[in-house]
Amino acid sequence: MALAENIRSPQLYLQSLSRWRPTEIAFWLATLLPFFVAANYLSLASQIAITALFALSLDLILGYAGVVSLGHAAFFGVGAYSAGLISKYGWGEPLTGLVMSGFIAGFVGYLTSFIIARFRHLARIMLTLGLGLLLAELANSAGWLTGGMDGLQGIHMWPLLSSFKFDLYGYTAYAYALAVLFLLFLGARRLIHSPFGLALRGIRENWTRMPAIGAESRSHIRTVYTIAAAMAGVSGALLAQTTETVSLDSLGFERSAEILVMLVLGGAGRLYGGLIGAIIFMVARDQFSGIQPQYWYFWIGVLLVVVVMFLPNGVLGGLSKLQARWSRR
Amino acid sequence: MSAIALATRGLSKSFGSLAVARDIELELPVGARYALIGPNGAGKTTLINLMTGMLAPNAGRIFLGDEDITTFEPQDRVRRGLARTFQINTLFAGLNALEAVTLAVCERRGISGQFWKNIAVHGEAIDEAYAILARLKLGDACYQPTRELPYGRQRLLEIALALATKPRVLLLDEPAAGVPPEESGEIFEVVAGLSQDLTLLFIEHDMHVVFRFATHIIVLVGGSVFTEGSPKEIAADPGVREVYLGTRKHG
Repeated sequence: MALAENIRSPQLYLQSLSRWRPTEIAFWLATLLPFFVAANYLSLASQIAITALFALSLDLILGYAGVVSLGHAAFFGVGAYSAGLISKYGWGEPLTGLVMSGFIAGFVGYLTSFIIARFRHLARIMLTLGLGLLLAELANSAGWLTGGMDGLQGIHMWPLLSSFKFDLYGYTAYAYALAVLFLLFLGARRLIHSPFGLALRGIRENWTRMPAIGAESRSHIRTVYTIAAAMAGVSGALLAQTTETVSLDSLGFERSAEILVMLVLGGAGRLYGGLIGAIIFMVARDQFSGIQPQYWYFWIGVLLVVVVMFLPNGVLGGLSKLQARWSRR
Repeated sequence: MSAIALATRGLSKSFGSLAVARDIELELPVGARYALIGPNGAGKTTLINLMTGMLAPNAGRIFLGDEDITTFEPQDRVRRGLARTFQINTLFAGLNALEAVTLAVCERRGISGQFWKNIAVHGEAIDEAYAILARLKLGDACYQPTRELPYGRQRLLEIALALATKPRVLLLDEPAAGVPPEESGEIFEVVAGLSQDLTLLFIEHDMHVVFRFATHIIVLVGGSVFTEGSPKEIAADPGVREVYLGTRKHG
């Protein structure tokens, strides 16, 4: 590794890992492009930003702690319904609504984390699936609260910061979603470069060794599961607030599966994997569904199979391999 | 008589009808260098698993100093100063040695839950980790992912991870397992150079190594303590020759 030779001390080395790279800065500058060059696609862009945040939250538990979840949409849905209901019952201020929704989803995550942290492997995956299905069915049966199959109606958001209305073109929506995504991304980035982030990678790399170095892996899992749930809740709340509607599919199994597909496409455990995956998936859906509206999942299937077969670490993993090969020359 | 660092009282464990530990009574004095020997399947690793809490005994007690730790979780025993290494490398393949040992140091310092601080602010923890690695001659390789390290160095990293927990008692499960004989001396030099306050128990098959580094030898056969004594006594014991040295010649 060429990097190591340039490093003078172990402290500087660990510090250098969290330094901002030019490609990262370029990426975030590029997220501003839709405002100028693709104004027609701003609402798609805001959906992508929201989904990217959701995928990022899954990356924290899957990519870093190695916790595979098939029910992560549960927290997205809890956040979405919370934000919707808070608005419907009289408080339409977006930012406080967003924070409250995040806390509610985080609390649900905290409660379920006790179950999740006790199990491993297939049992844990099935538990995430079961809890997700359970919650989706609860929302379906509580029609008086959630609107059931018809979705939650009557959401009305006040202007953002009491001056920016949520317009039809999605300027406010995208700016709002992007700002929240960026802030929480900063948080996630800090987290993975923290002592806690290192402990999560330890759990992912070797569960057996962790107790032998005195680590409370279960409490680490509970913490990250709660954080990821809160983050997923915020993304759900963003969707509810920017579209002013919540439907049952916001916490359905399909959404859990989709977000997993996006993360795998982009590359798990790389922080940007979920973001890239969300962009690929959402743009592909937008394009393919224009050509073959009923069969677009076919193409997503093809994409997934190709990526998993040839780029086991996702698109980003493939890119970093290419870059490594390039710099060796 | 010096203080006892680790003791077992009537420790027993069986898997179904197979008894893997029978009524084991051991006492490790502080600062001891004990070797645990015995033929394959004698229950040596099982004993370490019992002492470190990775297996629950059917009967008996385990004491670390004066404290009864029989019901403690493995990580709680580690925090009280009882560490181990593994016969088969149990490392963090994707982390480099510096990250892995820093992780162990952070766990010991109780700062591993901090998700809001960059790890670089804990300079002392990182320096401590590096010092451990440097002491084990891993300093120059500490930025290389663990999975790319040569096997012998991975064995040293096993020990480095255990040392990062600042143990009072260290149980080494065949620290040189799989290492060619000419290199295993290097690993045991490291072991021999550890602080004299540290109480050591190691499993080892190579009798040269055992007689050279151990001050006391425990012979385990069929899950129970066959005999124990100084290297001289063990070497002269005809029973040991019969059950162990006679059936398995080494070196």
